[in-house]
Amino acid sequence: MAKDQTPKADELFSTIDYKAPEKSWMDTPVEFKPGTFCHGSRPKYLELLHMPYPKEWKPGEEDWKLPENWKEIFLDGMAERLKKYRSFKLFMDICVRCGACADKCHFYIGGGDPKNMPVLRAELLRSVYRKYFTTSGKLFGKTAGARELTVDVLRELWYYAYQCTECRRCSVFCPYGIDTAEVTIIARELLNLLGLNTDWIAGPVSNCYMKGNHLGLEPHTFKSSIEFFLSDIEDITGIKIEPTFNRKGAEILFVTPSGDVFADPGTYTAMGYLMLFHELGLDYTWSTYASEGGNFGFFTSNETAKRLHYKIYAEAKRLGVKWILGGECGHMWRLIHQYLNTWHGPADFLEVPKSPITDTAFENARSTKMVHVAEFTADLIRNGKLKLDPGRNDDIKLTWHDSCNTSRGMGILEEPRYVAKSVCNHFYEMPENTIKEYTFCCGSGTGLNAGENMELRMRGGFPRANAVKFVRDVHGVNTLGNICAIDRAALTASMDYWVPGIRVAGLHELVANALVMKGEKERTVNMRNEPLPGKEAKE
Amino acid sequence: MKLNALLLEKKTEIIEKWFDAIVACYPPDTAQFLKNKKDRFTNPMGATILQGIENIFDKLLPDNDCSDIAPFLDNIIRIRAVQDFTPSQAVAFIFLLKKVIREELRQEIQENKLYEELLAFELKIDNLALSTFDIYMKCREKLYEIKANEVKNMTFRLLQQANLICEIPGYRPDVKDDDNIKK
Repeated sequence: MAKDQTPKADELFSTIDYKAPEKSWMDTPVEFKPGTFCHGSRPKYLELLHMPYPKEWKPGEEDWKLPENWKEIFLDGMAERLKKYRSFKLFMDICVRCGACADKCHFYIGGGDPKNMPVLRAELLRSVYRKYFTTSGKLFGKTAGARELTVDVLRELWYYAYQCTECRRCSVFCPYGIDTAEVTIIARELLNLLGLNTDWIAGPVSNCYMKGNHLGLEPHTFKSSIEFFLSDIEDITGIKIEPTFNRKGAEILFVTPSGDVFADPGTYTAMGYLMLFHELGLDYTWSTYASEGGNFGFFTSNETAKRLHYKIYAEAKRLGVKWILGGECGHMWRLIHQYLNTWHGPADFLEVPKSPITDTAFENARSTKMVHVAEFTADLIRNGKLKLDPGRNDDIKLTWHDSCNTSRGMGILEEPRYVAKSVCNHFYEMPENTIKEYTFCCGSGTGLNAGENMELRMRGGFPRANAVKFVRDVHGVNTLGNICAIDRAALTASMDYWVPGIRVAGLHELVANALVMKGEKERTVNMRNEPLPGKEAKE
Repeated sequence: MKLNALLLEKKTEIIEKWFDAIVACYPPDTAQFLKNKKDRFTNPMGATILQGIENIFDKLLPDNDCSDIAPFLDNIIRIRAVQDFTPSQAVAFIFLLKKVIREELRQEIQENKLYEELLAFELKIDNLALSTFDIYMKCREKLYEIKANEVKNMTFRLLQQANLICEIPGYRPDVKDDDNIKK
């Protein structure tokens, strides 16, 4: 007879210990808890990208199928990057552990794991740096904050490198300006030398590399997806729109994250772009090749990001456009704003963007030649070029989430607010220490928006949700606006868990609702096909 | 109701100790952070727990009606349901109140022979503990529902476009309605 495995009540009771152990962080080994990490990358993706050491592996299991000389590969990679990136060397050296960043990370604030304090997360890698690259670390070891690189240390590095969304909130508070996101970026890059990516990142990267977008949809599918919106737009406005694809000689190439084209609620924002550009009679084209603004290569390695990134510019060159207009995306803008020039130099084959409607020259985009659609629309409104009826959004009480990459990464703070306030009569800010450069991350950026790490995502989303809850309770806010495709997906989930009843909307969805188009029929429904205020069916 | 008066008198001390006991479940650095950072937006977890247990305590008082206590429990459990806790650890915080009260009021209870009142009060805590299981499960179920909804949101348009969805006029995937959290 099988032995009874059921524990006795007193056995169960004796295992309940409310207190956390008091141990130094170095003596607290990492434990892979379900719900906090993503699946390991499948070999087919890495093979396609010619990335090293493709294999079937599971992060939660002991055997990571590491190459025999994994330590050498990792340390050589580190040495190379310390030489190549002055910032990385600096960030390894200058932290004085003042703790200013410690309680600024959304994962720490919402989860409470000390290794998610930015200082400690970076210390995971710094301790290895000290051991192998500093004299004090080599001589004094643990006393000098140094430690051997072991498989356990590698596992710990992986676990926490994928619990950072590179949002850079911590860097705002660092008196030295240490950008912990850069440390995470390098950590992930080193892990990728051993084939240790996540599936949620490697999949979109390889799809993007082959087909141009994260889902790997082919040109005709991409095109028909956009065309699919047109019948919805015609139903709502009575106006037939005929956008063009891959049209050579267009003045402007429009690029947006594919999330806007495929995933609700981003799709309503995409309809907004279509309606706005049609109304303006803009000479623009979509591309089925540069069909993705997002770049998960950025969450893999600099080299991978660079490989994927340039398709936007290659396409601009091929089509012979004058400049590029970019949609509501997050990290696309950080790459354009902060990395493009280093990678590829200024896009001098294009012209300095100039709005054909207002003649405004976007001098801020003199080098990149790419204008953010929020800037573009703000300029239109500023110059009185749009007829708007904000009353159509009167059922919306809006608050604004600053997306990390566009706010901290490139300083777009006021333009979306200006547009939002022009198209919505009810706008309420969240508390100051949770917006603009202090904004809290959605909790799911940098390729962490998978399903299997939902607990982690919810923890990371809590500080933002908490501020939303406040404005909901005080002002009756019911909509959270933003200009990032990952936000639109991630905040929808986060709000559903933390602040049910809050809907998430892109800026140009709100613009589309308010936009009075020439020759439109009387509008009775919004972009979501719901009755406009005052147009509800009488019971 | 002597116990009621005693609990009211010692409310500040009890809440403080209960709070300390709850945050002691987190690593020491985090416990310090949860206790010391007072801003409700930069320390939402600490603020939610503190506000939540204050409200729960008030509702639990022998003279008070605790039928509408669930939202306050929900705020705390919702946080703990996604953290590194086992289900029992996630809801254990409610039992810590018993421990704190026994320690804090031991002498007065002995002197005034308030055991019967204490038993009745603790029975309320036990009943509350049962509610915490319900709320914990709702939170966990919500997580799985969100996962399912994300897949739906990502694929609905493509299925629609591929004519793989039979459209019923006026129908959209039901991803917003949520009875679980309407209390």
